[in-house]
Amino acid sequence: MNAPDPKTLNDVEQIKARSRHLRGTIADGLVDPLTGAIAPDDNAVLKFHGSYQQDDRDLREERRRQKLEPAYQFMIRVRLPGGECTPAQWLALDDIAGAHANGTLRLTTRQTFQFHGIRKPHFKPAMQAIHAAGLDTIAACGDVNRNVLASANPYRSPLHAAAGALARAVSEHLLPRTNAYAEIWLDAPAVDPGTEVEPVYGPLYLPRKFKIGIAVPPDNDVDVYAQDLSFIAVEDGGQLVGWNVLVGGGMGMTHGEKATYPRLADVLGFCTPEQALAVAEQVVCVQRDFGDRTNRRHARLKYTIDDRGVDWFKAELENRLGFALAPARPFAFERNTDAFGWHEGPDGRWHYTLFVENGRVADRGARRLRTGLREIARVHRGLFALTNNQNVTIAGVEAARRAAIATLIDEYGLEREASRLRQNAMACVAMPSCALAMAESERYLPDLITRLDGVIDACGLADTPITLRMTGCPNGCARPYIAEIGLVGKAPGKYNLYLGAGFHGQRLGKLYRENIGEDAIVEALTPLLERYASERQADEHFGDFLVRAGVVPAVAAGRQFHD
Amino acid sequence: MNAPITAAHLPLTDAQAERLRTLVGELSPAQLLWVSGYLAAHAQHGGDVPATPAATAAGALTVLYGSQSGNGAKLARRLAELAQARGLAVTLTSTADYKPVRLRDERTLALIVSTHGEGEPPDSARELHEYLHGRKAPRLESLRYAVLALGDSSYQFYCQTGKDFDAAFEKQGAQRLFERVDCDIDYDDAAAAWMEQLLGRVGSAPAVRATPALTPVGGGMQYDKRNPYQAEVLENIVLNGRGSDKETRHIELAVPGLSYTPGDALGVLAQNDPRLVDELLSVLDLSAEAPVSVGGVTLPLAQALTGHLEITALTRPFLAGWAALAGADRLTALLADGNEAALRAFLDGRQIIDVVQEFALPGLEADAFVGLLRRLPPRLYSLASSLAASPDEAHVTVAAVRYHSHGRARAGVASTWLADRVQPGDTVPVFIEANENFRLPADPQVPAIMIGPGTGVAPFRAFLQEREVQGATGQNWLFFGDRHFHTDFLYQTDWQGWLKDGLLTRMDVAFSRDQARKVYVQDRLRERGGELYAWLQSGAHVYVCGDATAMAADVHAALRDIVAAEGGLGAEAAEEYLRELARTRRYQRDIY
Repeated sequence: MNAPDPKTLNDVEQIKARSRHLRGTIADGLVDPLTGAIAPDDNAVLKFHGSYQQDDRDLREERRRQKLEPAYQFMIRVRLPGGECTPAQWLALDDIAGAHANGTLRLTTRQTFQFHGIRKPHFKPAMQAIHAAGLDTIAACGDVNRNVLASANPYRSPLHAAAGALARAVSEHLLPRTNAYAEIWLDAPAVDPGTEVEPVYGPLYLPRKFKIGIAVPPDNDVDVYAQDLSFIAVEDGGQLVGWNVLVGGGMGMTHGEKATYPRLADVLGFCTPEQALAVAEQVVCVQRDFGDRTNRRHARLKYTIDDRGVDWFKAELENRLGFALAPARPFAFERNTDAFGWHEGPDGRWHYTLFVENGRVADRGARRLRTGLREIARVHRGLFALTNNQNVTIAGVEAARRAAIATLIDEYGLEREASRLRQNAMACVAMPSCALAMAESERYLPDLITRLDGVIDACGLADTPITLRMTGCPNGCARPYIAEIGLVGKAPGKYNLYLGAGFHGQRLGKLYRENIGEDAIVEALTPLLERYASERQADEHFGDFLVRAGVVPAVAAGRQFHD
Repeated sequence: MNAPITAAHLPLTDAQAERLRTLVGELSPAQLLWVSGYLAAHAQHGGDVPATPAATAAGALTVLYGSQSGNGAKLARRLAELAQARGLAVTLTSTADYKPVRLRDERTLALIVSTHGEGEPPDSARELHEYLHGRKAPRLESLRYAVLALGDSSYQFYCQTGKDFDAAFEKQGAQRLFERVDCDIDYDDAAAAWMEQLLGRVGSAPAVRATPALTPVGGGMQYDKRNPYQAEVLENIVLNGRGSDKETRHIELAVPGLSYTPGDALGVLAQNDPRLVDELLSVLDLSAEAPVSVGGVTLPLAQALTGHLEITALTRPFLAGWAALAGADRLTALLADGNEAALRAFLDGRQIIDVVQEFALPGLEADAFVGLLRRLPPRLYSLASSLAASPDEAHVTVAAVRYHSHGRARAGVASTWLADRVQPGDTVPVFIEANENFRLPADPQVPAIMIGPGTGVAPFRAFLQEREVQGATGQNWLFFGDRHFHTDFLYQTDWQGWLKDGLLTRMDVAFSRDQARKVYVQDRLRERGGELYAWLQSGAHVYVCGDATAMAADVHAALRDIVAAEGGLGAEAAEEYLRELARTRRYQRDIY
């Protein structure tokens, strides 16, 4: 194993090392009355507590001229393994959005809630209110295992229930054990950090973020190929018999650095239900010990695996596990999108999946999403199941209560006429709050889709599902590199256009046009959509067609992404 | 270097100006530089200066970098190491920490700067970029420079920020050491070659003598309200962030030739609102062109009312005069003995326009009306800058006064003139109003406690600028208050910068409306009573600036209580302690 040389550790590793198990000086920063920010070094530590310091970038230049510091604010991300929350929790989170944040809830691409626009005086009260709702934000960001995804809605089948249960078990098992969270946010008595032990992570935690997803075929809504570690449910006669294990996926890259690239996960083998937790822990431990702690742009598991090989990784993992993984079982995915509207579950209960454009739960005109979901939460007896596509399922509605929920859906205008393209699209938050954004995303994608819908309708493709994802920077929160149409921000109004990815996320897209604006995006896509409409084979998806037609080459592996 | 010498604002006689003009015309740029330094030294040292400048050390290099990703910082560190290895004196600075005004003093500058988005500078370099491209950009004849531009050629505006700086330096008269190098994302080789070239030049090029900045000769004292200085407006910005219910302006004026000391005030000769003048003329049924006499000069009425006479504040003499002319019994009754309370109630919130409208006087002559009015007084604003830190500039902090009364929108004359009707590029008549009773400690080691809520904080910005340039070692403690932290923290980034570099020892703030219970600076003083008393006992000076009606008294009471409690004194002895501080000029107030 590599004992990291302290001299070569990158800046963030050194901050972690000094942080006394994630305490830093956050508590002092929260009460500093001269700034709305916390200390610069604490930003890296704060992430482990489920929050990013941000600022309103719309105001940054204006406030600089006014000799005011940036409009600092905090994003808080809830830890919600499997995306399940109770109606009471929904109401509590909605209250927090109104009392402490910007009056909206944001459903994320990782199946959880985010609050935006929280100013420092509201920060700790918001964290305490989340705790009072029986939730927390521990490790929702940071160099640790993040929120664990599972195919949405545990009521859909026993396999879905098992996926959700495994998500919760893995999330709990991989939680940091430091008392820092309780001390800083919940006023718990201080513990001497010198006496604390992180049994899985060790003192430096992981070299980089770590993402886990658990899928139930034929839905790949968790995008297993984009996760550091994935489990795919394997059934026999409707009963779970185990999990296929995938490792080494990841989206993030840096513009202009070809040593960075999105990568699809490799199928490693099969484990039994009893082995799954140990597999998760040991995959994390291998990455803990071998991940690159000198260069954060080369620190994800995908690079560890590409540098040393999948065979090496499997051998190292099995050595630690003390058993070998069985050969992977066959599996087949059909889509990574959500099915909207009412569906009946095997137990006779009903589930309504609601389209939430870009995950933003807000009241806008006649479509009062926030108020409507709040009113539903008041009467609903099942669960709210957040999907991995920024939507929400009102899950587990007894047949007799379906009409009451449907009435509320109508009353608040929740069901929206949206094109297939819009329904299957995702955008990250980006401007004005995300510090990494180079271009608009959530605020802009709806307008671009309106324009593209015109082209798609003219081509007669209105009923054909096509995945479209946009991010404001190359880090890939909305997983754009595995969307059939991927748009990645480079500068205000300018995007890289990636094409040819697989419909269920099984193939990476290829850079087709670089640094182009809206007109050029529409001009590039229009002839391709026209050709697709006239030349496609039966049931052929757009991405598959573009590869077959030779418009873009198939990208089989991350290392070929820039070729 | 051919700025014309015009007589308009020079502290010189015509004959002196002519001789200077002749001499300047004969000198080469190098000679001009030398003469400027010689004259400045002459002014400072009373004439005892040898006419042969001493040579200064060659090869001092400033490496300045502005970058978002850290690549620029990395390259800058490498260059600094290489230069040091060759025995050069190197100053390595990020644009984030670089005060633009320092550019005037640079001699050899290596700039490494990246470009972002649509040709924009990195955040940390925006201020410098804006400064060099704005009307405050200094002449840089004594600067030699080289630029390494970092960029990504897949963008349309490749290396634009580097190009901008290169062009701006050249435009300001600086000498380019060699052609700028533009680097793509694979910058290593190009950057290394640039460094080699730079180090080759810096080692061998002849040193330019470091000349002291020209300090203004003569004072501002020859300017007064009768003979104001015409100052160009450089900047006029609102300091309050969006959503604030206040409007506080930061105004920067160009005042070359004017001199002042921190603590002084700037007198501003404002203009009345032309809409109010029109309204008065309409109500009085008078012609804008009617000739009237003001101070022995004949002017059209509208001009007199706009620029020379007070037409807002309602005074007792005006009221008496108007009552007599109009035969208004009700007004006359109000002015009678015994009706003081009723008069006060009447005056409250009313202005001249209300009276002339309510008590109409048809057929009034223009001269008769003007005869009732007093001269428009100048408004004084505490200076928020130090000439040492902001050469040739005067900054003021102005709260725009706006309110409603008796069904009308009212506006403070000078504050809203500055806020609404004066733009950068316009000229404002000003003069310096010296205030010897508001001065920094003469001894730079003496600590200073500064209490300035709202616009009262203005002179403390001047004090700290001055102490920074002086290198004063005395500790500084600032108390500031306003309504909301988020929008009303006036000059927040200035204070943060000085706290970071230690000039400002500590700062306490009170934002009255950020919580249910209102808190003010006097509450913060009381909370810090023990330490505050210790500062006083160690010789600190106390300065209070701002509102005279409530704040000054509340702060005084807090100081008295602190002295009583911490010093074990009775109330009267504590008052005497403060009186003694005032007698020894250690307790100074600038309240209004």
